[in-house]
Amino acid sequence: MTSPSARPRLLKGQHLLAVEDISPLEIVALLDLAQTYVSEGNGPRQRNPILQGQTQVNLFFEASTRTQSSFEIAGKRLGADVMNMAISSSALSKGETVLDTAMTINAMHPNFLVVRHQSSGAVELLAQKVSCSVINAGDGQHEHPTQALLDALTIRRRKNSIEGLTVAICGDVLHSRVARSNIHMLNKLGARVRVVAPSTLLPTGIANFGVEVHRNMRDGLEGADVVMMLRLQLERMSGAFVPSQREYYRFYGLNEEKLRYAKPDALVMHPGPMNRGIEIDSNVADGAQSVIREQVEMGVAVRMAVLDALSRNWPAGTKS
Amino acid sequence: MMSPAVKQSAQRKAYLNANIIAPAQGLNGKGGILVEDGWILAVGPKVTKDSIGTGTASFDCVGATLIPGLIDMRVFTGEPGTEYRETLATASEAAAAGGVTTMIVMPNTQPVIDDAAIVDFILRRARDTALVRVAPMAAITKGLAGELMSEIGSLKEAGAVAVTDGTHAVSNANLFRRALTYAKDFDMLVVQHVEEASLSKGVMNSSETASRLGLAGNPAMSEVIMLERDIRLVEMTGARYHASQISCATSLDVIRSAKAKGLPVTCGVSIHHLTLNENDIGAYRTFFKLSPPLRTEDDRRALVAGVADGTIDVIVSSHDPQSADTKRLPFAEAAFGAIGLETMLSAAIGLYHNENMPLGRLVEALSSTPADILGLETGRLAPGAPADFALLDLTMSWTVDETKLRSRSKNSPQEDRTLEGRVIETVVAGRTVYAYAR
Repeated sequence: MTSPSARPRLLKGQHLLAVEDISPLEIVALLDLAQTYVSEGNGPRQRNPILQGQTQVNLFFEASTRTQSSFEIAGKRLGADVMNMAISSSALSKGETVLDTAMTINAMHPNFLVVRHQSSGAVELLAQKVSCSVINAGDGQHEHPTQALLDALTIRRRKNSIEGLTVAICGDVLHSRVARSNIHMLNKLGARVRVVAPSTLLPTGIANFGVEVHRNMRDGLEGADVVMMLRLQLERMSGAFVPSQREYYRFYGLNEEKLRYAKPDALVMHPGPMNRGIEIDSNVADGAQSVIREQVEMGVAVRMAVLDALSRNWPAGTKS
Repeated sequence: MMSPAVKQSAQRKAYLNANIIAPAQGLNGKGGILVEDGWILAVGPKVTKDSIGTGTASFDCVGATLIPGLIDMRVFTGEPGTEYRETLATASEAAAAGGVTTMIVMPNTQPVIDDAAIVDFILRRARDTALVRVAPMAAITKGLAGELMSEIGSLKEAGAVAVTDGTHAVSNANLFRRALTYAKDFDMLVVQHVEEASLSKGVMNSSETASRLGLAGNPAMSEVIMLERDIRLVEMTGARYHASQISCATSLDVIRSAKAKGLPVTCGVSIHHLTLNENDIGAYRTFFKLSPPLRTEDDRRALVAGVADGTIDVIVSSHDPQSADTKRLPFAEAAFGAIGLETMLSAAIGLYHNENMPLGRLVEALSSTPADILGLETGRLAPGAPADFALLDLTMSWTVDETKLRSRSKNSPQEDRTLEGRVIETVVAGRTVYAYAR
């Protein structure tokens, strides 16, 4: 195993909890490192076992398919021993709190805890109580930093640079941790960020986040370099936040016609899982401008970079 | 007029040369107080070493400020039902250390204080275990369920000083109208937690800060709407109404206009809302999760001005002990509430030092005004009144140390803060219940 001290430090902190907490320099360093893992991943898939003998626990209080498997593959490609723990709601109903669970796992001395939780701030709370490195894999409606990193890497690879690009983030901004992390990320990297949504799906004070606010797709997508769609949960479009699926599709669903408002070479992105035919049409999702599959691919590289970067902050000689 | 029973001291004694502040009795300056059998015999500039005669124990209080004992209109304990959070005894120790000589306890207990027998239980337990006077508010609705009126007449007869559903608002307008109408026949005060339930599903103030933290917010208008509705019902019924806590600038306008119409409306504010704002939540600090939520700095300043100009009648601690089990959780899942009995007066003195709040206004809002609203004979410094008072050092600074707080629960939002001004002695019915150990 490479000695941690031989690799330069890229991140200031012990954990990766929020994009809001990290600097543009740290972000660029992570993206550069992730880029090296993209090349490796496309090659003969040789393992780079810098985390051999280290233990990574994926602690998911909220169900996830793609994020959890992406973290698992990232850890394994770096040689870590990866364990998945899905905390079902039944375990929580036995009365064990997030902190109890965290302390229990901490006592087994993992090196990484990758945590997803349905409550905003829960991952930060947990990070205060454990000695390993904690990676936020999504907390409530707060942040999902590795998603924003993989989105930034995807854009950067296609457009060479993010600075000066116009990015439209469309849909359920109110409930979206992906939107919050991306707004911080893209602002830090110098993009011009827009949000496009009906007012019922916009958070209070969103204009102060450094975004332009639009209520219709035509204005919001006008001249955009990137169109980033967000998932709208089905239960939120039956009268609670928007009146119906068909009304939402009519005004905010991304189809070829609306996509034409954006630049001809605009990228179409979606963090998944998609509601095809509701927030995005299949022929756009699968069309020439879509980079949705590439986002998934970048996810693994970015998570390898995060694991690698955090492990550099451990004291020399850290063993699992 | 009544005063809840408490252990008293028969000793005749005098506190001399203090700076006495009791605006309701026109006292503001050097003087003394002479007490015997738990009552005040004389108070004011004429009480001196010479006037009290020989054989009276006397204490020289040069440099200290003497004020009426505080009446805290909003205190939660865990007795009965959740004594691990707080008992009447432990709350009373915190109260004594904070200069609070009468605690008005809320009906949100297990069982709920919605029955005369439970009012009686509280009064007896307090008499036997508490250092300070205790009187309960009883529930407006049975079981706090918001559906059926409780026995307001019997509850009053048993010793409840008002009715309230405590942490719950009575949402049903028709039921609340009837409760006001019925309570008026017994001249019973009705106290409301002003929050429109369907607009109050969030966990903090609705704001940019909430959006950044990804937390659901309650708009200030949820309070304003409830307050305006209630005031229309007061207009219909003529009952005495008190909004237990207001938290935003707009509510002040509503209260002002109600008072201008001559309606029997009063309101309170918690010491937390006068000294903290939503930014104190920082990185999801659950000790700052309150109901109503902490709001903006503009709201806080408006509330301070509202106390200064008398729009807000009383200041409360809103003391709500919560254990680690209910607070060391993700913000959205944590319980509401913060303790405050022991730090309320010091935090309030901070408003006098730093924000031009007249000391006399603070004293009124913490003692004589709550006494008037509740019909208590405490809260005043006058011959014949109960000998309940506190001696303060207005400039002594001290740091709030969680391990030294007397409350059984430690959820203090003032934790680790340095406050200026503190209680040096608290007297209830002539008996010293707290003395600061230097």
